[in-house]
Amino acid sequence: MTERKIVIPGEIIEKGNDFLPGEGTEKRGNDIVAIKYGLSEESNRLVKVIPLSGIYQPRRGNVVIGKVENVVFNGWLIDIGMAENAFLSLMEVPRYVNKDALEEVLDIGDMVVAKIWGVRKRSMDLSIKSHGLGKIDEGIIMEVNPNKVPRIIGKEGSMINLIKNETGCNITVGQNGLIWIKGNKVGDELLAKKAILFVTEKSFTEGLTEKVEDWFKEEKK
Amino acid sequence: MTPKKSETKFKRMDGREFDETREMEAKVGIIPNADGSAMFRFGETIAVAAVYGPKKMHPQHSQNPEKGTLRCDYSMLSFSVNERIRPGPNRRSTEISKIIEWALEPVLMLDSFPNMVVDVHISILQANASTRCAGINAAAMALAHAGIPMKDLVSSVSIGKLDKQLVVDVSKYEEDWEEGEGATDIPITMTHGGEITHLQLDGKITKEQLKEAIELARKATANIYEIQKKILKESMGGKND
Repeated sequence: MTERKIVIPGEIIEKGNDFLPGEGTEKRGNDIVAIKYGLSEESNRLVKVIPLSGIYQPRRGNVVIGKVENVVFNGWLIDIGMAENAFLSLMEVPRYVNKDALEEVLDIGDMVVAKIWGVRKRSMDLSIKSHGLGKIDEGIIMEVNPNKVPRIIGKEGSMINLIKNETGCNITVGQNGLIWIKGNKVGDELLAKKAILFVTEKSFTEGLTEKVEDWFKEEKK
Repeated sequence: MTPKKSETKFKRMDGREFDETREMEAKVGIIPNADGSAMFRFGETIAVAAVYGPKKMHPQHSQNPEKGTLRCDYSMLSFSVNERIRPGPNRRSTEISKIIEWALEPVLMLDSFPNMVVDVHISILQANASTRCAGINAAAMALAHAGIPMKDLVSSVSIGKLDKQLVVDVSKYEEDWEEGEGATDIPITMTHGGEITHLQLDGKITKEQLKEAIELARKATANIYEIQKKILKESMGGKND
């Protein structure tokens, strides 16, 4: 793993022509300059800055949770908490849809788990053509800061799997900060919600997974 | 300053050197609900900035399809000065809001946010002159914290003139100093690279002295930049694994 350092806008990350500017950076003369505040990372001579604060930036392949805002003739407009609207096309639904009755599949106000299939300049396309995606029928939805999402998931899903095992709930974390919890009992769902809130509050502490284990022991007494 | 003056050791009312700013303090991430936030303090002047967005611009007719818009709102809280001021926008705060917008806009890269707006709210908690400078310093940090792409950070300082002597970072007492050549206040904002994004002049000054004032500001903003940089780096230190 390469060395990571915190950079601020306007700071020179690397000098000389050996590097390529990646996301969050810019080439100015012979230097690679950061244009965002975050952690700089270099891999294969490509320098990029990963922002750790600020609003959620959609990326291709991200799973998000959104609310159906409008039904149009060829699909749905989904609000995923961004400035741009996300569009879910009729073609991206893995079943037969009667063109005259789109609202039978998804109606205004329905919540949906979808994958970002493509990001265009001013909008993005969603898809629900994959396992685990589609309309949310029951459970609870909670909102967290999108920057904390990596912490909730943990290294290779360690944290989210721990919460899933401890509470017996099915949890889907949207990269936009919305989390869907579905369990057999409301009590389980609320416990999972509490655990996630605990993680977001303590997100800076080290060895958080162990702490959450202890927290569950304490809660279950 | 004339050579004569600098030889006779010049001391200010509060014991500062002519090129010394008041004690500075900064904080980042102080408002959990905002996308980015920061505080900046010059002595008794405290400014808090909160950044929201980029988000969709409403009403729709104010949207700019070419690039994102920056919208600043500067306000002095009613308890920020000795005599309570009526809260809400007034002639002065509307003007300063616009000026702060102009001071910040050159470093922001809002091209990738068409039809969107970045809202910057600056509140002065306590005022003792140089409020717009503290506001700009806080806003620059808050914008960086909000993850908005920027070419550089900006730092701002006010240069004053007490009779013929130039001083850095005026306090209220110095700002109102009428003796000699009269009250002069020059708030200057610069990028780290040394480019001026904002310069105001309230009072009278010669061309030579204005050049001197800019040089003084260059040195002072370099110090302010170091503080902004240090605080931004430290605030993320906790997030390092």
